[in-house]
Amino acid sequence: MTPPGIAVENLALRYAGASVFENLSFQVAPGQFVVLLGPSGVGKSSLLRVIAGLESPAAGSVRASDGAKLAGRVAYMGQQDLLFPWARVLDNVMLGARLRGEAPDPARARELLARVGLQGREGALPAELSGGMRQRAALARTLYERRPIVLMDEPFSALDALTRARIQDLAAELLAGSTTLLITHDPLEACRLGHHLIVLSGQPARLGAPIAVPGTPPRAPDDAALLQTQGRLLRLLSEMA
Amino acid sequence: MNLLRPLVTFLGFLAVWWALTRFTALPAFMLPAPADVGQALWQQRDLLVSNALTTLTEILLGLLFGTLFGGLAAIAIVASPVLQRWLMPVLVVSQAIPVFALAPLLVLWLGFGIASKVVMAVLVIFFPVTANFADGLRRTDPGWLDLARTMNASPWAMLRHVRLPAALPAFASGLRVATAVAPIGAIIGEWVGASSGLGFVMINANARIETNVMFAALFILAVMAVALYVLVDQALRRLLRWSPESTGLS
Repeated sequence: MTPPGIAVENLALRYAGASVFENLSFQVAPGQFVVLLGPSGVGKSSLLRVIAGLESPAAGSVRASDGAKLAGRVAYMGQQDLLFPWARVLDNVMLGARLRGEAPDPARARELLARVGLQGREGALPAELSGGMRQRAALARTLYERRPIVLMDEPFSALDALTRARIQDLAAELLAGSTTLLITHDPLEACRLGHHLIVLSGQPARLGAPIAVPGTPPRAPDDAALLQTQGRLLRLLSEMA
Repeated sequence: MNLLRPLVTFLGFLAVWWALTRFTALPAFMLPAPADVGQALWQQRDLLVSNALTTLTEILLGLLFGTLFGGLAAIAIVASPVLQRWLMPVLVVSQAIPVFALAPLLVLWLGFGIASKVVMAVLVIFFPVTANFADGLRRTDPGWLDLARTMNASPWAMLRHVRLPAALPAFASGLRVATAVAPIGAIIGEWVGASSGLGFVMINANARIETNVMFAALFILAVMAVALYVLVDQALRRLLRWSPESTGLS
């Protein structure tokens, strides 16, 4: 089953009178992995929060490409793992079911934990895990939601390079069937994971033309097309800074 | 827990006390010697134990109801702005009036029995619980709330599964303070009017100038209060092992 895409139309967001962006329109095609880049403070996280339904726009609309609302079809993963320190890893993964009053599905949670390499740690408290393990648990929690659209706000930025590369492979593999919008500051991460890259910049912020990265994610870090796109992206970003 | 330090402090205190009674001309009705107090403890043990049980019952019931009311008040305040506007002034006034001033009234209304003391203990106990717990409930990590919202959590589910557990360390801080001050209400109540309890024993001993019995009752009260605090503190630490805040004062 193909997931729906995201259609953003004429979106405007203002904070205390100051405009973050106006008339912002773009689309994420169904099943695509799109990466959103741009300077700090330009409004990337705000845009993602509006799409996630956590903030109301001043104008414009966010819909699924099939015309229906996005509410209830979006999973969100933030910069922090946001694991509950009092709950075991397994219960953290099944959090969504608990919050909606549904019967939790421990078998599915265990399977997801196994896929992110956390088998045997189901009973651990988050404090007993390393940073990379915690992010993987958060990824399992995101996948447990079975939402067709996944929004991620710099989910791997706090990890060391090697751990980050591993979890990128994992994310690309596990999110292959979903429509994904990921924010990152890391051009390598963007080029490894994205079908398309879009850059948000300026004030009020505008979107640049989407950059297509040749090949299928996750791309090898020394892939020729990746290196070329990464060079182009770095030049573009440094011109803005 | 290191037991050596409190023991050394206690023995040092005992030594100073003994020296004061031995080498100064203080009369025994002002400051009885440690041995006199020890003797009173032993000779009056039946009286002291039965009255200590009364006081302990008052304190425990006060803690139970005080924590219950305090917890419910905190949830009500945080859950509803309307309830907050109505409840907060009542709570503040209940704390602004000294419990000493209320004691005679409560004894008049509720009698010499245990009820008036339990109510006084509740008055002393619930406020630290309410204040700390409400504070904890308000300070939930916004990231957790956002996450719960993207998971379509109802406000009730958010309270039950996110805000309440997240506020437990703050609740524990309130409960620790409450446990430490819990004996105040019970003892004041017993001073004002009672037919049993350690406060009652002290008032009577004072009238008969049996200062050694007063000290004996005071000693038992102190041991009880400290034991209660240590028990509650240890239990909370065990329950909230996940919290980096769960380090108590002892």
